[in-house]
Amino acid sequence: MSSTMDITTEDKLDLLRRMVLIRAFEERVIDLYHRGDIAGLVHVGIGQEAVAVAVATSLLEGDYLYGTHRSHGHFIARGADINKMMAELAGRANGYCEGLGGSMHLVAAEVKAMGATGIVGGTIPLALGTALAHRDAGLVVAVYFGDGAANTGGFHESLNIAALWKLPVVLVCENNGYAEFTPMSEHTVVERVSEHCKPYGIPARTVDGNDLLEVLEAMSRAVEHARNGEGPTMVECLTYRLRGHYIGDPAQYRQANEVAEWREKDPIERLTKQLKSERALDEDAASTVKREADERVEDAVRFALGGEYLSMDAMTARVFG
Amino acid sequence: MREMTYSEAMAIGILEALAEDETVVLMGAGFGGLHGDPAVWGQLREKFGDRITNPPIAELGYCGIAVGAALTGLRPIVAIGTGSFSFEAFPQIANEAPQAYYGSRGQVTCPVVFHMRAGIRGAGALQHSTAPQAMYWNTPGLEICVPGSPADVRGLIKAAVRSDNPTIFIDHERLHPLMGEVDETSSGDIPLGVADVKREGSDVTIVATSIMVHRALEAAESLADQGVSAEVVDPRTLVPLDKDAILRSVAKTGRVVVADETQKSCGVASEIAATIAEEGFDSLRAPIKRVAIPNVPIPYHQSEEDYVTPTAQRIVEAAQVICS
Repeated sequence: MSSTMDITTEDKLDLLRRMVLIRAFEERVIDLYHRGDIAGLVHVGIGQEAVAVAVATSLLEGDYLYGTHRSHGHFIARGADINKMMAELAGRANGYCEGLGGSMHLVAAEVKAMGATGIVGGTIPLALGTALAHRDAGLVVAVYFGDGAANTGGFHESLNIAALWKLPVVLVCENNGYAEFTPMSEHTVVERVSEHCKPYGIPARTVDGNDLLEVLEAMSRAVEHARNGEGPTMVECLTYRLRGHYIGDPAQYRQANEVAEWREKDPIERLTKQLKSERALDEDAASTVKREADERVEDAVRFALGGEYLSMDAMTARVFG
Repeated sequence: MREMTYSEAMAIGILEALAEDETVVLMGAGFGGLHGDPAVWGQLREKFGDRITNPPIAELGYCGIAVGAALTGLRPIVAIGTGSFSFEAFPQIANEAPQAYYGSRGQVTCPVVFHMRAGIRGAGALQHSTAPQAMYWNTPGLEICVPGSPADVRGLIKAAVRSDNPTIFIDHERLHPLMGEVDETSSGDIPLGVADVKREGSDVTIVATSIMVHRALEAAESLADQGVSAEVVDPRTLVPLDKDAILRSVAKTGRVVVADETQKSCGVASEIAATIAEEGFDSLRAPIKRVAIPNVPIPYHQSEEDYVTPTAQRIVEAAQVICS
């Protein structure tokens, strides 16, 4: 899909299905976490699905993607196998990384999703490196980061170098308003992360991150810009995580009315409403979308929980290639 | 065979690595900077200019870029310059590169070489003298090369580039002008993890890498004058470590001095000494001696440097204690 102009109703339904699948996956992850089947630091992006789906849709098969610590949606949207993802989160040997990485270290090289990371901003320079390696092949690299990452040194070093070397990279900022537990007003001097692009001469746009079609339109232009050899761009997506920073975070640092306001802007609800107004979706069809997603996720859970844990020998081997 | 400087041999190794694989790229102008022989280093720019990028002084950024490039098809050699500068890039060197292969269970490899020049150089002071090999040894997933001769640096840089793993490659600052024989008629390949016995002996083993090899050889010469036969074993790479070669030598001599220009606590000498104590205890006829840097930052002035430097004389003194 190269431009939002060509989007058909069927396309929109497909985009909706993908958002619903991500939501169903992450809601089940929360459930499994509380049952003890998934452990550790797990960050869900419930409420941010529109960005994930729009970014993945704007890329071609050969393009690369780098994620963050909150990347389930990024990977699912990119086409990663949810069975292997769920198994990875459950720490099983049939997971993408045989259970060695878990939620924060997903790698699905088969779909060019090169890595999540446990370090805020950690993948930004990596994405530039991949862009450098494939600049002449006409490939594009998209890298996610949040508003918190925009305060790191690596972010600013990367903006300078990406602009200097005209690297084909799209910097996708998921600005969800909080760097872990700190609101943006307390962690940075700019109002919009995209403002950081001005001194580096990087074209940037700030869009409504909960409006899938608006993100897709901005991303499509950004990807085209990179593919044409015109260098990096930033797409800042204003969004919100409806849950805490990690599963179990009581999120006492934000007000109930703020969460309620953003719940009104839920990207899945918005696209559903739009499709209903276009008479492309009715209540039954919406239920079917949800049911089908739940069924796929249940299959993934069965696959995951049926997996073995890695043996001690296997775990200590293969530190080097 | 031709006599050449360590610096020239290094350049030859890099030129050969570039010639044999077009995915090898150089990041950083530092190679041709300090002490570089313009005639040799000039060839790099002439022959492979299109594969050299000169990043800004942004270690975190460009080391991360090299890692990303390595994850997706290139084999970068990154010239970080002084070893202490690599700490600016620690998040990428220690927290992204070494985990890539292991954490993805082989979905990706990370064939990057982080090249740095390190060690007590003569008034380098607090932030230009640190040898970081022991710190990186505590990071599983990194290979570490610490060559001590022109032939070794030429062979090992090629091995590091060919390796699919991230490699820390450390040249001691004082090695660059040192001369040694290099056989240009052969490939000069040296596999990682193979030690070299630089001098044979029977009374005491001196384990040393990098600049310490030369101090160990000097010490061995002096010990020979005193009737003590010292064997000098140079592991050449710390990861992988040729434990067998070290233990073989200790089994022969029964006495060992481990000499290294890193701090004594949790340093290179400590790890090698611990390994010998654990796996070669039955061979030992005397306690293991470590000759290393006291646990202080490296001070500025030459006289102060001399105080902390593990010299040949200190190796001799350590050997005398266990050989008497």
